[in-house]
Amino acid sequence: MSSATAMPAVPPGAWRVFAALLWRDLTVSRRELPFFLVRTTLQPLLFTLVFGFVLPKLRFVGVTYSSALLPGILAMSMALSSMQSVALPMVMDFATNTLEDRLLAPVSLNVLALEKIAMGILQGVVAAIVVLPLARLMMGPIEGLSLTHVPEIAAIGLLGTAVFSALGLWLGTAISPQQIGLVFSAIVAPMMFFGCVYYPWKGLDALPVLKYLVLLNPMVYVAEGLRGSLTPALPHMAIGASFGALVVLTAAIGALGFRSFERRSIP
Amino acid sequence: MAGAAQPARAGVVALDALDLEISEGELFGLLGPNGAGKTTTIGILTTRIRPTSGTALVAGADVSKESVLVRQRIGVVPQRPNPDRNLNARENLAFHAAYFGIPLRLANARARQLLEKLGIADKSEAKVEHLSGGQQQRLMLARALIHEPKVLFLDEPTVGLDPHARLAIWGLLRELHASGTTIVMSTHNMEEADRLADRLAIIDRGKLLAVDAPESLKRRAPGGTLIQLSLDGEAMGALAAARSLNGVLRAEAQDGTLNAYSQRGGELIPALIRAAEQSGRTVKNIHLSPPSLETLFISMTGRNLE
Repeated sequence: MSSATAMPAVPPGAWRVFAALLWRDLTVSRRELPFFLVRTTLQPLLFTLVFGFVLPKLRFVGVTYSSALLPGILAMSMALSSMQSVALPMVMDFATNTLEDRLLAPVSLNVLALEKIAMGILQGVVAAIVVLPLARLMMGPIEGLSLTHVPEIAAIGLLGTAVFSALGLWLGTAISPQQIGLVFSAIVAPMMFFGCVYYPWKGLDALPVLKYLVLLNPMVYVAEGLRGSLTPALPHMAIGASFGALVVLTAAIGALGFRSFERRSIP
Repeated sequence: MAGAAQPARAGVVALDALDLEISEGELFGLLGPNGAGKTTTIGILTTRIRPTSGTALVAGADVSKESVLVRQRIGVVPQRPNPDRNLNARENLAFHAAYFGIPLRLANARARQLLEKLGIADKSEAKVEHLSGGQQQRLMLARALIHEPKVLFLDEPTVGLDPHARLAIWGLLRELHASGTTIVMSTHNMEEADRLADRLAIIDRGKLLAVDAPESLKRRAPGGTLIQLSLDGEAMGALAAARSLNGVLRAEAQDGTLNAYSQRGGELIPALIRAAEQSGRTVKNIHLSPPSLETLFISMTGRNLE
């Protein structure tokens, strides 16, 4: 404990701190992987089971419904897991002040926020990678499914997880632990039901008001973007439109999230 | 900005214009009651609270404009232990070191060394919730030291600890101080302030009341024994009678408390009780204190420290 210090007085590079923060989150997530997978994939897989397997078997829906459902289910898995894996720990960390050891790191707060987003993207991608093959397995052959548009799938996947990670950052800094239940019922549930997860956007032609109202919901662009890249032969919003909307929403919600994070971190 | 020769300075802090200058290698105490502004002061100096106006320099860096540099050079022990609950004790230290760019091997070696030194080596792999309050606070001290900061900040580090754990923390702070680390510590414990600090700032309601070495401050305490009478109502009515008593150096009334500084120790108690009763009050409690930091604080503010 000598103060004749060997430590340099100049802070380490931001990327080095970023890597250490990411390493911490990866260590913690690896230990919680089973819980993480249950939390983020159980709900999508249950939906898949009922809407993609049971209902078609009962002939309540046509088998082609699977084609519209699969990209939606995938969008929901990514979105939910990205948002939750950023927001939930952050709400607790701020409530208990346990984020302090990272808030004292010699790095800009933006690097901390960026690392949380990166971690959210990663967890969203992991959820998608788990859900996609299992969903395909339950649903059986899916008409029009094509894995040839890999760059588009990757781009929509990254942007979709990024926008929901940013939303998680914003919510995680703005809500208190007592409000978590409320937020999930009041924000997350409508987002799922009006996010073109269970039906394609084109199908809303019959309900024009709803058709344009849902455009406020980032989930729509993730689901439609995945429809455009996974089942390109089926009706979907122009992929360029989904892509553009996601870029704009990621930037806007990201800016809100970063600002809210800074305000919450340094009152 | 390199090197250990940077003085640790705190300029005007936006509480209510709190001007302080703390020298390198000093063990500096912020003494005041709860709500005095101690935590705010430490929060601003450790870049965790944004000052509304004024400037503060820590280890040569500005807390508002160079917060990253400040954080690089300080270690912080919070009032309540706030370890990363997803990591065990050793990992708490190793990851904190990693956030400061210290390579893994060195971080682990230092973590082991510090856990050993602070007497919690056997808890190295334990979950932090299995550590007692005193052990968690020692872990916080280890965390604050692992990146070898120039200035160590402690916000009421021994609040809620048992006497044994408190003495252990005091011993470690003395050792760090002897090795040349600059230490800034807040406390509302007069004994802690008196025993540890080279210099003390007495603050109350965001204002600086006095800065000096504990010995000099104690000399400034009003002479005589402080006799405090708690009355069942407003004490102002008894003040004139108390002041006129032979042997009373000074007397003040604050709400229901009558403070009298007696040249003749407790001998004046009966006369003071009579003075209170003549003003129509009943005495509920009597407290005597010899001249101390506590009596100095009371003479400055009319209120008790704790």
